[in-house]
Amino acid sequence: MTERSRPRLNIGAVRSTFAPWADPAAKPLVRFENVVKRFDGETAVNGVSLDIYQGEFFALLGPSGCGKTTLMRLLAGFETPDSGRITLAGEDLAGKPPHQRPVNMMFQSYALFPHLSVERNIAFGLKQQGMPKDQIADRVTEMLALVRLDGLARRKPHQLSGGQRQRVALARAIAPRPKMLLLDEPLAALDKKLREETQFELMALQQQLGMTFLIVTHDQEEAMVTADRIAVMRSGEIVQIGRPADVYEAPNSRYVADFIGDVNIFEGKAEFADGTTVRMSSPEAPGGFDIVEDDLLDVGSTAWLAVRPEKIEVHLDEPPPGPNRMAGKIEDIGYLGDWTTYLVELESGRTIRAARANAKRFVDRPVDWDDKVWLTFARDAGVVLTQ
Amino acid sequence: MKRGLTTFNIASLVIGFGFLYLPIVLLVIYSFNASRLVTVWGGFSTKWYASLFRNEQLLDAIWVTFRIGLISATIATVLGTFAAVALVRAGRFRGRTLFSGMIFAPLVMPEVILGLSLLLLFVSLGLPRGFWTVTVSHATVTMCYAAVVIQARLSAFDRQLEEAAQDLGCPPIKAFFAITLPNIAPAVAAAWMLAFTLSLDDLVIASFTSGPGSTTLPMRIYSQVRLGVSPEINAVSTLLIGLVATGVIAVYLFQMRKRREA
Repeated sequence: MTERSRPRLNIGAVRSTFAPWADPAAKPLVRFENVVKRFDGETAVNGVSLDIYQGEFFALLGPSGCGKTTLMRLLAGFETPDSGRITLAGEDLAGKPPHQRPVNMMFQSYALFPHLSVERNIAFGLKQQGMPKDQIADRVTEMLALVRLDGLARRKPHQLSGGQRQRVALARAIAPRPKMLLLDEPLAALDKKLREETQFELMALQQQLGMTFLIVTHDQEEAMVTADRIAVMRSGEIVQIGRPADVYEAPNSRYVADFIGDVNIFEGKAEFADGTTVRMSSPEAPGGFDIVEDDLLDVGSTAWLAVRPEKIEVHLDEPPPGPNRMAGKIEDIGYLGDWTTYLVELESGRTIRAARANAKRFVDRPVDWDDKVWLTFARDAGVVLTQ
Repeated sequence: MKRGLTTFNIASLVIGFGFLYLPIVLLVIYSFNASRLVTVWGGFSTKWYASLFRNEQLLDAIWVTFRIGLISATIATVLGTFAAVALVRAGRFRGRTLFSGMIFAPLVMPEVILGLSLLLLFVSLGLPRGFWTVTVSHATVTMCYAAVVIQARLSAFDRQLEEAAQDLGCPPIKAFFAITLPNIAPAVAAAWMLAFTLSLDDLVIASFTSGPGSTTLPMRIYSQVRLGVSPEINAVSTLLIGLVATGVIAVYLFQMRKRREA
């Protein structure tokens, strides 16, 4: 894990009052210590250390096969680590079978019991706890109201829509009031509109219950929207942990920059670095790059500049010469309604992505195909990456 | 493509079903024959049914057969379920291929050989042959069929359901009974029915492994037929057909109702 120490910039939307990970005295709810898991010689989880705090909405984000689901299954008890330790509220979980762990999981397939009605699905965990019948009935009613499924208590799972099933699975998992809820790709089976709605519902629910949520997803948007913190994973390792705005605006590697959102990466050589500014030369930009950056790069070393498309401005008139300026030709335009994406072919032959919010309904002179354009960006628009 | 019934289709249907059902229909009709001669129609009568219920030997055989069927089918279903779970769940353990091969081998093994080997086993163990040796033999043989039926259903069963149950605080064994078993129940029931039916009509293995006082119905029928077909046999066969048909129709209706409910 390589979290670079940089003075925290004021970036993005954050719950500024909630940051237990920044408090050295705070005790984590879950702690992974150097956890390793191999399957038939293939390392699925490779020495992961991670703290998750009470009340957090934490996301494990990565492409399929990066080990994020294995990490979650290790916590639920369906897999045992080859080495390392997992503790929950200070208690070592080693040797505890899944049914004795106070965490509940919402499965990607929902795994609703097909032979049981909605209410009996929700009551299942409560029954295992030995809760008295009348209390179970009350709790089930409460859960049904919470996920807005009143009136469907007697239905069987296959009589429900995909969205309803998802909510039953959610209700079933939170009904026994676990210390932590694990969500394995919870929204993957829903269509886009429903998925967006459900993301906000999940957040509201998590706030309301004050429960710790751990979500596993390959969808960066889902992680960005829902989570307080995101751990970006690659081939069994955590590459970066941070708030959504951190990983988006201050990625620590080309991998993270590229995985989260769209990005243009320019390779160049560091020519000057004084702790506040880095200047780079690059074949893409005749004037070089001039970036606000506190890293003291070695002069002459190779570095990469990552700039997000929405931070690049497209000009039809030539701006004055200087750094952070490139010339090119519009190769393609993607109109998305709220945004327009321009693919600009630079003189070097590289294609760069620039995006503009369509804040106005009409423009005097729209950018057209094959237009000659100039691209510029501000000194603080990009991140210098060394790996 | 041409749809509907062509002459060719009708002809093949008639011939096919004729082959299947004509002998059975004849048997049923002749069970109501008043004449003692099986091949000569002497008018309608139910007297063979009446005499059947006075035939102690035949009634005994029926009772023995049913008890053997009930017990052996139950043993076979339980063992078959275990075998299916082992085959589907245990992944790749050493000798898995051998194990699965050995489970299915009796399906293709000639019954005569099975019967003979079981007989040799019982003789060498010094077990007196009778009711229990037949029951155990039937359980052994029909278990393979039960395992095949249950295995098919079990491999289609989503294991995550069991994981979900465990996740919600249910210990593994309990999860199997609370979640897995209800979901594979149709296959378990079908396996039981199959085992029961196989036991009911088995002649070969029962002949090898039975002893005094454990003559099954097929054995009794066979031995009587050798002395000449008696109309009583037609009557008992008709009753059997009626019973099996009722069973099949009942299961079908039950499943239809479940499907409508579901």
